Amino acid sequence: MTTVLPHLPALQVVIPLLGAVLCALLRRPAPAFGLALAVSWLMPVIAAALLWQVIQGGPISYHMGGWAPPWGIEYRVDLLNGFVLLLVAAVGAAIMPFAWHSVGFEIDEGRRAWFYCMYLLCLAGLLGIAITGDAFNAFVFLEISSLSSYVLIALGRDRRALLASFQYLVMGTIGATFYVIGVGFLYLLTGSLNMVDIAQRLGPAWAEHPRAIVAALAFVSAGVGLKLALFPLHVWLPNAYAHAPSWVTVFLSATATKVAIYLLIRFYFSIFGVAIAFDTLPIAQIVIALSIAAMVIASLIAVFESDVKRMLAYSSVAQIGYITLGIGLANQAGLTGGLVHVFNHAVMKAALFLAIGAVFYRAGTVNLAELSGIGRKMPVTLAVFTIAGFGLVGTPGTAGFISKWYLALGALDQGWWVLVLVIVGSSLIAMVYVGRVLEIAWLREPTPAIARASDPPLPMLLPILLLGAATIYFGIDTQWSAGIAEASAQALLGGLR
Amino acid sequence: MSLDLILRIGTKLILPFILLFALYVQFHGEYGPGGGFQAGVITAGMVILFAITFGLRAAKRIAPQALVERMVPLGVLIFAGTGVLGLLLGHNYLDYGPLAHDPAHGRVLGIFLVEAGVLVTVSGTMTALFYAFAERGR
Repeated sequence: MTTVLPHLPALQVVIPLLGAVLCALLRRPAPAFGLALAVSWLMPVIAAALLWQVIQGGPISYHMGGWAPPWGIEYRVDLLNGFVLLLVAAVGAAIMPFAWHSVGFEIDEGRRAWFYCMYLLCLAGLLGIAITGDAFNAFVFLEISSLSSYVLIALGRDRRALLASFQYLVMGTIGATFYVIGVGFLYLLTGSLNMVDIAQRLGPAWAEHPRAIVAALAFVSAGVGLKLALFPLHVWLPNAYAHAPSWVTVFLSATATKVAIYLLIRFYFSIFGVAIAFDTLPIAQIVIALSIAAMVIASLIAVFESDVKRMLAYSSVAQIGYITLGIGLANQAGLTGGLVHVFNHAVMKAALFLAIGAVFYRAGTVNLAELSGIGRKMPVTLAVFTIAGFGLVGTPGTAGFISKWYLALGALDQGWWVLVLVIVGSSLIAMVYVGRVLEIAWLREPTPAIARASDPPLPMLLPILLLGAATIYFGIDTQWSAGIAEASAQALLGGLR
Repeated sequence: MSLDLILRIGTKLILPFILLFALYVQFHGEYGPGGGFQAGVITAGMVILFAITFGLRAAKRIAPQALVERMVPLGVLIFAGTGVLGLLLGHNYLDYGPLAHDPAHGRVLGIFLVEAGVLVTVSGTMTALFYAFAERGR
C-alpha cells in the first residue's frame, strides 16, 4: 500500500485513460462494460484515499515525470478539488450499473464498446481538470472531456442528437479557445503555467499590466462560463441534455458542468483573487446579475417545456445560477452554499435524470403529455423522482434545502435581503415545474400505452434508490458535504487579497 | 492498358521513398523538425496516395480496416503504457529515467517509445478518417 499511495494522483487519471483504450481494443459490449464498471468503482476508492490524505496532512503535490513544478506539470490535490474528484468519481460509480440496460436499449450493439470507451475518456478528462495544478494541462483535459462528450451526445437515438452535439461542439470549442487565450495572456504576463506560481507572480504584474490581466480574466470567465452554462451562454445545454442518450445526460449533468464550475472557482479565488482585490473590478456584480437571470428566466422556461428531459435541463441552468450566486457573493456562508450545491445538485439531478431514463426505458417517451399515470405503474422510480424534485425545490429535509439555506445566509450577510426573496421565488417556480410532472404522473389515470410499464430491472433501480436516499441523507447529515464545503470556502476566502 | 500508366508506375516508385521519409522524420524527431505526429501523417499519406491511384479495395488489402481501427487505441496504449513502466519501476508516472541504467539513456528510450505510440495512433487515425470519407458515397 505504501508503494501505491504516493502515486494515487497519477492513477486517478491514468486508470480511466487506460480503461478507455482497452475498451476500444476489446470492441465487444459485455467485456467493455465490465471494464468500465470496474474502473468506475475503483475511482471513488482512489478519490476517497486522496481526500483522506489531504484531510490528514494538507495538500498533495505530484510531479509528472519527476519534473519539479513550475517547470513540470504538477498534480495538486487540496480540500476543494479532492471534494470535486470524489463527487465526480462517486457519481460515475453510482450510476454505472444503470448503463447496461439503458445503453443496451438506446445504442446499437456495434457502438456500445465505443460508448464505454468514450465514457471512460470523458471521466479521465473530468478527473484530470479537477486534479491538475497546471493551467494549460487543464485545457488539454477540458478538450479530452469535451470531445468525448460530443461523441457521447451524438450517439443519441434521435437524429436531432447530431445537431445538438454539433451545436455544443461549436460553443464548446469557442469556450475552450477563449480559455486558452486567457491562459496565454497569463503566460505572457507571468511566464508560468503552474496555477500556484501564476498566483504568486500576478501580484507584481498587476502593477504593470492591469489591463492585460483584466483581459485574461474576461477570456477565462467567458470560456469557462460557456462550459459551465452560465446564463446567457447556456443555449447548448438544453438540446444536448434532451437528445443525448439517457445515461449520458445523467453523467454529464452531474459531473461536466460541476467540474467547469470548479475551474472557475479555482481561477477566481486561487489565481486572480490572490493578486487582485476583487472590489476594484465588478466581477461579483456581473456574476450575481447573471445568476439571478438564470435562476428566474431558466426556471420560467422550464415551466413551459413539454419534454421532461428539456425541462430538467433548463432547471439545471437555473440551479447552476444558484451555484454561481454563491461564487458571486464571495462570503463564507455564500461560497459554502455554492460549493455544497455543486455536490447536492449533482446528487439530485442525477436521481431525477436516472428516474427519467428509467421511464424512457419502460415507456419509450419522455413527453409529459404521454406520461399520464406513470407513477402508478412505476411507483418506486417516480417516488425517487418526487423526493429529488422536492430537493430541487429546496424542501427542508432534502439536500436542496441545505444549499439554499447557506445561500440565503450569505445574501443576508451582505445585507441583500432582496436576494433572499429571489431565491425563494425561484424555488416556488421550481415547485411549479416539478409539480406539473408530479400531477400528471400520480393523479391521472394511466393511458393504455403506459399500462404495460413497470419499475425497471434491479441494476437500474438500485442506482435510482441510492441517489434518492442520498438526497435525503445529505439533507439531514451535513457534516460531510457542508463540512468540507465550509472548510474549502474558508481556505479559498483566506487566500483572497 | 489504361492511360494512367505513368501515374501507376510513378506511384509505385514513390511509395517506398515516402515510407523512408516518414521513418526519417520519426527517428530524427529529437534532433530536428519532425516526430511521431508528422511521421504518422506522412505514413497515412502513403496509404491515401495508394488508395487514390489503385482504389480503396486495394488499399484495404495492405492496410485493412480492422487493423487501422485497432491502431488508434494501440498507439495511446503504447504512450500511456510507457508512462506506467516508470510507475512500475518505482518512479513517477511518465518518468522515463529508470528505463535504462543511465537516466539520460532512459529518457531517450522513453521518448523513442512514446513517439512510436504517436506514430501508430496518428497514422491509424488519418487512415481511418480517409476510409470513412472515401466510403461515404457507396
